This record gives sequence, C-alpha cells and structure tokens, in this order.
Amino acid sequence: MLNYLLRRLGQSAVTVLLVTLIIFVIIRLIGDPTHLMLPPEATEADRQLLRVQMGLDRPIVVQYGMYLLDLLRADLGVSYRFSRAALGVVIEALGPTLILTTSALLLAVVIGIPLGVLSAVRRDGPVDQFAKIFAVMGQAAPPFLFSLLYIKLFSIHLGWFPTGGYGRVSNLILPMLALGWYSAAGIMRLTRSSMIEVLDSEYIKLARIKGVPQRAIVYRHALRNALLPVITFTALQFGILMGGAVSVEFVFAWPGVGRLMLDSISNLDYTVVQAAVTIGALLFTTINLIVDVIYAMIDPRIRYA
Amino acid sequence: MTVIEPILEARNLTTMLRGRAGVVTAVDNVSLSVYPGRTLALVGESGSGKSITCLSMLGLLPSSGKLVAGEVLFKGRDLAKLSQRELEDIRGREIGMILQDAMTSLNPLFTIGYQIEEVFRYHQGIRDRRELRRRAVEVLEKVKIPAAAERLDSYPFQFSGGMRQRVSIAINVALSPDLLICDEPTTALDVTVQLQILRLLGELQRQNNMAVVFVTHDLHMAAQFCDDVAIMYGGRVVESGPIREVFDNPVHPYTVGLLGALPTLENFGRRLVAIPGQQPALSTIPTGCRFAARCPSAMDQCREQYPDWFEWNGGSRRVACWRTEERLHAAMARAPAEVEHE
Ligand SMILES: Nc1ncnc2c1ncn2[C@@H]1O[C@H](COP(=O)(O)OP(=O)(O)OP(=O)(O)O)[C@@H](O)[C@H]1O
Ligand code: SF4
Ligand SMILES: [Mg+2]
Repeated sequence: MLNYLLRRLGQSAVTVLLVTLIIFVIIRLIGDPTHLMLPPEATEADRQLLRVQMGLDRPIVVQYGMYLLDLLRADLGVSYRFSRAALGVVIEALGPTLILTTSALLLAVVIGIPLGVLSAVRRDGPVDQFAKIFAVMGQAAPPFLFSLLYIKLFSIHLGWFPTGGYGRVSNLILPMLALGWYSAAGIMRLTRSSMIEVLDSEYIKLARIKGVPQRAIVYRHALRNALLPVITFTALQFGILMGGAVSVEFVFAWPGVGRLMLDSISNLDYTVVQAAVTIGALLFTTINLIVDVIYAMIDPRIRYA
Repeated sequence: MTVIEPILEARNLTTMLRGRAGVVTAVDNVSLSVYPGRTLALVGESGSGKSITCLSMLGLLPSSGKLVAGEVLFKGRDLAKLSQRELEDIRGREIGMILQDAMTSLNPLFTIGYQIEEVFRYHQGIRDRRELRRRAVEVLEKVKIPAAAERLDSYPFQFSGGMRQRVSIAINVALSPDLLICDEPTTALDVTVQLQILRLLGELQRQNNMAVVFVTHDLHMAAQFCDDVAIMYGGRVVESGPIREVFDNPVHPYTVGLLGALPTLENFGRRLVAIPGQQPALSTIPTGCRFAARCPSAMDQCREQYPDWFEWNGGSRRVACWRTEERLHAAMARAPAEVEHE
C-alpha cells in the first residue's frame, strides 16, 4: 500500500512537471508580453531593458529552471496587470471556480449514480426510460450552449434566476446545472452499464445461490464492484468540468479562474497564466491521488499488489 | 426395489431466452428426477441447455431469460411459483449450486471469510462476529482447506482455482443442503485437482445423503461418479435412466453415437469426439426431432413431428425417438429382456 502510494506520488510529480513545462513553452510562443506592458510609443531599447529586468532574455531552459526554483518557494511571479503576486490573484479566483465545479460534480454524482443503479436493476422500466432521455439531453450540447439556453429560458423569459453574477445561491443554480448535467449523464451511463455487467457476473450468481437478499446483492455485492470504473471516470470529470467552467464562467460573468485565464491570455499576463496552470495541475494530481487511495481502499487486489 | 420419492422433480420445463438471434427456446419440455443420496448426470454437448436448465430450476435465469412453462417440485413445493423472497430462503439452505468457473465465482472485493459468513448471517441471523468466524472456520475445515483460520481474511485473488472451488463448495454445503447442483465444477481445473474435488463432493454427499445433479460432458466422469443420467440435445432430454443401464444399452441414436465416440483406454481422459455434423443452432431448430439431420436412422416422420416419450421399466427408462420400439424388439430378439409397453 505504501509502495503503491509512493509510486503514484512520483508519477504525480512527473505529471506536474510536464504540464508546467508545456505551458511554459507555449506562453513564450504566443507573444512578447513587453509589447502590451509598455505603451506603444516605447522604443525597442526600452522593451529590451524590461526583458532583461524580467529575465525574459535568457535561454528558455534557464527561465524554466528559475521558475521551478521559485515554485519550491511558492513564488509564482508578479502579475503586471494587477501589480501583485500572481499566486494571490489565482487563488482569489480559484474559490468561485471550485464552488462551481464541485457543486456541479456533486450534483452529477448524486443524480448520476443512483439513476444508473436504478435503471440497471430495472432495465427497460420507467426509471430506465427516463434515464435514457436524461442522458441524451445532457449530452446533446456542450455546457456553453446550455448556458445560453438557460439564460434565455429561466432568466429572460421566466425571470426565476439572475442572468449572471456571484455571491448568492440563486447565482449558482444555472451555471451548476449547465455544467453538471453533462457529467451526470456520463456518470449515469457508465454506472448503468457497469452495474449491468456486474449483475450478470458469476460471483453475483453465487451470491444469489447463497440466498443473499436482493437488496444486499445490489447495494453490497454489485454496487461496490460497479463503482470501480465510475470512481476513475468521476475524477476525470473533474478535469473536464474545470475546462467546461471556462465558457460557463464567461457566459454567467462568474469571477472564476476560467475568466481570469481568458483575460490573462489576451493581455499576455503570462505569470498569471503560468500560476493558474500550475495550481490547476497540482489540484488535479492531488485529486487523482485521493482517488487512488479510495480505489485501493475498495479493491484488495491493488492494496496488496 | 423400494420406492424412493425424488427430492426434486422438474416437469416439462420450458425456458425462452432473448439473444442476438431473437427469442429462442433454450430448454424445451425438460423433465428430470433427482433422488436423495443419488447423483444425476446431466450430459450433453456445449449449448445443449444444461446450465440454463439448472438455472431455470433455481430461479436464477439471466435477465434475458424466462421460464415460460413447467413445474419444479422440490420437497412437494413448486419452486417456479415461489416469490423471490421465498426462493432466497431456500437457496443456500436447502439447495446449493456450484458454478463452472471457480476463478470468477467469488466476489473479488470481499474476504473469503465474509463470503462464507454471509450464509450464516442471512439464513440463521447470526450477527456475533466471533461466532460467525468460528462457523466459517468449521466449514473451511469441512472442505479440507489447510490452516483454515488464517485463510479467512484472504481475498479470492490470493487463492488458486482449486482452492476457490473448495471455498465455493464450502459456501454451498455450509448448511447441509438436501440438493446440490454442480455445473461442470471441475472443467476449469487441472486433472489432479479435479479428482480431489470429485472425491470431496462424494464424501460430502455420503455425509448428508445429499441429492446431486452433476452437469458434465465427460462421459467417463459421469459413469464413474453418477447413478442416473439424462442426456440432453438441442434443449431437450432425449434419453434418461439409471446410468449403468443407459450406458450398457443405449437406445437413442444420439446416445449410441456419444458412447460410440467414448474414448477407449488408449485415449482415456480426452473429451468425447462428436458425431458427424453439428447440433442445430437454437434459432434454426427443426420442427421434428432435433437430431434428425445427424441421425443414421432418420425417417420422414422424424422431420415432421417431435417424438413422443417411450418409457419402460416402470418409467425409469425414457427415450424420445420414434424408432425406440423397433430397436427394443431387435434387441429382445438377440437377448430376451424385460421390455414392457407403457
Ligand atoms: N445469457 C444468455 N442469453 C442468451 N442466450 C444464452 C444465454 N446463456 C446461454 N444462452 C444460450 O442458451 C443455449 C443453452 O446454453 P447453456 O449455457 O445452457 O448450454 P450448456 O449445455 O450449459 O453448454 P456448456 O457445456 O457450454 O456449458 C445456448 O445456445 C446458449 O447460446
Ligand atoms: S426420432 Fe428419428 S431422427 Fe430422431 S433420433 Fe429417433 S430415429 Fe433419429
Ligand atoms: Mg453450461
């Protein structure tokens, strides 16, 4: 178990390094930030001075090495746009994004798993029919389109919810739905197919032969096995939701990392972009680590391997 | 001969399955009798419906299957009419079933101990953990698993195939059932382990005077370990009776073919070689005798009409073939036997 965790920890570190390296190179290919940082009438000599000050004149390898050294001290540079630590800027925006993505994922899990289980247990029954429609609708369009649709329907026509903003529960409902339904559909479908497969397995047959009551068959013997792929999938969904949040935050004027990223990229505020990606990668690998631990707790084959 | 009542009597079981080729009749009018202390061999080639027959009797069909007709009289009660709840109560306590694939028949996420203890938990309402463990150890010792107490906390993946099959037997005999169905319990195991498992089953049977249904396509094994036999072909039972009588004097052309193909001493241990031709697919099953396409004695009537049962010896011998009478007369002419008409 400890070995397994250490191995996964090592893999996570490599992932974070790779992700930061890639984004580091890409940002430097996008453009020269000094064009935007200095007024248009600044001379090339002025810009060169700024580059030297910021260390942008050095080879990219050296820059990356310095970035890593700074990273170890939790120093992710200064945002020229906000004139303060990029890390602080990112963390401020991270709160709203986490609220949005976590509530969307929670919604997806709370709806997706029970719906998947019920539709697998009573295949072709009314719940299953409903679940099919639920899944098709959820996966019919990307969250971005749903966001626009919801605003038109629930905000403009019906006036039930505000069109955007942040701070109250009513602000959260529509973006959460727009973001969560898609994942709920995926989780539901995977739970259903996984459950159907498990329910047809030999060990479920033996459990029935033993006379284990139906409830225990479904919720103890079958569900635990059926959830293994769902857990991995749900962790992946978290990353997908982070991506989806960019457009949803944009539509609903939600002050999250997604919007911050869009603004920072168009303003070539590269320290903020770097910081956001680094935090994102750390967050994502941490979640994966937690999932690995949960997985090992459920599956003895991993725990003892 | 003293009259022993069968403990299980299946009458005219008919099971439909929904598969890729549409709805098929996988088990068609199958009747079986199983007696206390005796072993019934259910023999037939792959796909002849042996497993589906067993699962039909216990109400364990996959969701694509349905028992559409027939009775399953177990100790006088018709299992086919019982509710799920009532069946749960009988399964595991009065009837057990060992599955073909030992490797996959235990839940990978629960300890061996837990999976055995469940029997006592659900059937006897025992909740005390120490008492449950004590009983689990007892059962593991019953199936001769060494160092049983230390094995309780192991998981199935830590066990070999033979050991897993022992655990599955332990689970099934924990409450000394009256009937044990064994669906090819040893096919997935290697030969030496096969023998150990068979001996163990025989021992357990004698201890409790258990009735056993033994599904196999190994005729040697059947002849060695079983008392009665029912031969299945294309979802039907074509011949049944005491195994010595059937194997000494097979009557149905399919049985004759099977036994003709029975490995001799030279190739002992090999699986039976089939008769020329193939068992028809269930979706293209002929109206008449299922065996007509491969039968050397087929007549026009065979292709039109499914043969009626022909019974003798007080119904203990049964054959479904139009030419049974003819054949028996010929046999009698050669060696007079006690053949009577029903
Ligand atoms: N779950 C299922 N869905 C649809 N058809 C099935 C299912 N299980 C079995 N069948 C079909 O039912 C028929 C009888 O199958 P069964 O498993 O009873 O055969 P068997 O005699 O036990 O064969 P084997 O010796 O290979 O175990 C076969 O034609 C098989 O293809
Ligand atoms: S009924 Fe006809 S075809 Fe079928 S086994 Fe008998 S002789 Fe052969
Ligand atoms: Mg089978």
